[in-house]
Amino acid sequence: MNVMTYLEMGGYAAYVWPAYGISLLGIVGMVFWTLHAFRQVSRKLAILEEEMKGDGS
Amino acid sequence: MNIFELANPKRFMRFSAALLPWFWTIAVLCLGAGLYIGLFRVPPDYQQGQTVKIMFIHVPAAWVGMMAYASMAVASLFGLVNRHPLADAAAKAAAPLGAVFTALALITGSLWGKPMWGAYWVWDARLTSFLILFFLYLGYMALWSAIEDETRAARACAILALVGAVNLPIIKYSVDWWNTLHQGESIFVKGGPLIAPVFLWPLFLMAFGYTFLFLALWMVRIRTEILARRARTLQLRMGTA
Repeated sequence: MNVMTYLEMGGYAAYVWPAYGISLLGIVGMVFWTLHAFRQVSRKLAILEEEMKGDGS
Repeated sequence: MNIFELANPKRFMRFSAALLPWFWTIAVLCLGAGLYIGLFRVPPDYQQGQTVKIMFIHVPAAWVGMMAYASMAVASLFGLVNRHPLADAAAKAAAPLGAVFTALALITGSLWGKPMWGAYWVWDARLTSFLILFFLYLGYMALWSAIEDETRAARACAILALVGAVNLPIIKYSVDWWNTLHQGESIFVKGGPLIAPVFLWPLFLMAFGYTFLFLALWMVRIRTEILARRARTLQLRMGTA
């Protein structure tokens, strides 16, 4: 099968590809934002724990 | 293992750290295989043509959107009854994920509705109850951020989550109770699915992939919440020292 015919999706390209595009965007967005938040909090906690040790408390 | 043993944040951190790589791996493998089969190995449907490909991302998103709400409601119940902060953290962590999956189901559904029904949106019982699910998530998140005191916010949100849970069976049975444009249940029916096996395989793979993706993200978000609380406690202690 030819690539162009495949991409046309039997005339439904305007519905199929946006649906896949938005799903990809949503999923990549969730993964990125979830991992980013985790890293940020871990870093903050590491700094705080370091400071606690520095205080000798 | 007893579920209450996991309610210890330290134990949860260890347990989730061990499970997470597996969850990510299963999610990636299932989504990869599902996408490959769904996009390249499945013939066009005899009625719906190539729009049947939207099913592979629409149905799993809808299932997980509801599953996330059910998880949130169960966690909320444990939070209310057992007064355990980890349950509150779990409920809070599920909401934004559920909201995104629900939004994806609504958008992909609308992109499927236009070519098949002739409309992006109709106010039928299935679509409307699903839109309400999305609003419940938004309301839940707004309520969390509106109440300053963590314990009170958790309690108010838990009640909202539990009251809203009545919407889940309404969504599920909407296609039986009302005349909907949305098709009826075609997978979990007596006598087996009404969908040809060639479409079922990629659908189940994608559904598994979406489920494990949700579980992995949910765990990471609970871990984030635990660390954030620890950081806040340390900050308070340092402030008073």
